[in-house]
Amino acid sequence: MNFLEAIMHYEFLEKALLTSVMVGIICGVIGCFIVLRGMALMGDAISHAVLPGVAVSYFLGINFFFGAVFTGVLTAIGIGYISQNSRIKNDSSIGIVFSAAFALGIILITLMKSSTDLYHILFGNVLAVRSSDMWMTLIIGLIVLVSVYVFYKELLVTSFDPTMAQAYGLPTKLIHYFLMTLLTMVTVASLQTVGIILVVAMLITPASTAYLLTNRLSTMIFLSAGFGTIASVIGLYISYKANLASGATIVLVAATMFVVTFIFSPKHGVLWKKIRTRRKRASYS
Amino acid sequence: MISSVAVEHLSVSYYGKEAVKDVSFAIAPGKLVGVIGPNGAGKSTLLKAVLGLIPKDNGQIVILNKDRKDIRKKIAYVPQRSDIDWDFPISVIDTVLIGSYPRLGMFKKPKKQDKEFAIHCLEKVQMQDFKNRQIGELSGGQQQRVFIARALAQQAEVFFLDEPFVGIDIGSEETIIRILKELECQGKTILVVHHDLSKAKDYFQQVLLLNQELVEFGDVDDVMQPETIIRAYQGQLSFLKELGVKA
Repeated sequence: MNFLEAIMHYEFLEKALLTSVMVGIICGVIGCFIVLRGMALMGDAISHAVLPGVAVSYFLGINFFFGAVFTGVLTAIGIGYISQNSRIKNDSSIGIVFSAAFALGIILITLMKSSTDLYHILFGNVLAVRSSDMWMTLIIGLIVLVSVYVFYKELLVTSFDPTMAQAYGLPTKLIHYFLMTLLTMVTVASLQTVGIILVVAMLITPASTAYLLTNRLSTMIFLSAGFGTIASVIGLYISYKANLASGATIVLVAATMFVVTFIFSPKHGVLWKKIRTRRKRASYS
Repeated sequence: MISSVAVEHLSVSYYGKEAVKDVSFAIAPGKLVGVIGPNGAGKSTLLKAVLGLIPKDNGQIVILNKDRKDIRKKIAYVPQRSDIDWDFPISVIDTVLIGSYPRLGMFKKPKKQDKEFAIHCLEKVQMQDFKNRQIGELSGGQQQRVFIARALAQQAEVFFLDEPFVGIDIGSEETIIRILKELECQGKTILVVHHDLSKAKDYFQQVLLLNQELVEFGDVDDVMQPETIIRAYQGQLSFLKELGVKA
């Protein structure tokens, strides 16, 4: 039975595909702003910090979305507070806060649930996506896409020239935490496709691939969403065919696209840069 | 007196270490003012505090007879070139269009007339032929002219420029100073942080000489006197001797 027939045949596979496509798109879109703001480490931190929130949500019997957003945003605030009020540099304060939150999450989850659940949260299990998860991903996806469309101008100027943004009265800190909230929501949506540990790859790899190909932010966002989608579909296909972990295969497909672009990109690829340098030098001899 | 930018008893510190001490001055509309002083004199700090980018410890800032917060959309800021990420995926024209953002407010997107006006501003700095280039592909002087165009697109009343002439070609410098003088004639107020003493007399109408405290503020010919400059540049006398300034 080929992949397409299998999708028609098995509902779980159809849900898996739809969910991972949505995750590919929203990770790609938000990832562009994470990459341009130099916040890749922050993206990694927030995604890990979601874990204790998920654990507490299980305990309270509420949807893990709420707990995850709560601890994610709390972590962003904690990181900002430490780096602004001490000599600790931003990357160190990120490392301190998120590893502590992650460790707390591991302990809470093992106290409350079996280790299988922990494994699925950490590494994803896209074939176990339920309808309710799919709808949640869709709603989160819509919120993220509408937010980026509505606040495109504000996200652009605070990423490019935060000083001017602040000077003309934009609440730059609020926009930062708003973006962190969107980031947490994206992480929650990605839990089941790629898992907490590998979310950061879906955020920064497609966006960085796009960054090497274009000089326009809007094009970068579309390309990045496209690469995220392609990685999700091909990754899911390989994972189904070869019976491999879905999150890991999706991430490796994204990384492969990055490597190819890194070498062959017409504007910023290493190959063309070498060729242009060599041609220039040859013109003198 | 009607003043465009009035600062009273402004003090700013970083974790208790004073950077700007009790500075007061009032600039009338239609003046091109140079903010001059040695390294570490707090020139950029003064500018940033007046713009509300960093918190002040004490003092009052009144711009166009209003509280700064009520008038900030009419204040254009041109950052130091080193503060900008030149690899950002943005074209020249889109950079200038950012100048329309304060006017548009949230939710609204730039329209056709905003784009036409942005092109008009690019023509003023002779950069219209580069409008689709990515900003990192330009020379330093061209980059600075693009940011001047962005300030023009903002249709501001007050302009703050932080070291606009650092690392740029002489042609761009002349274009920029010509535009600043035009703005001056239109009654706008322009403050320029500048470190080159030699050109201050040609460029500015008034000079604000700063060394943490306000050393002197007034017309350029009154302020740019050897003894005043030495007061501002204490400890950097060897540098002054090289310039041939005698006490």
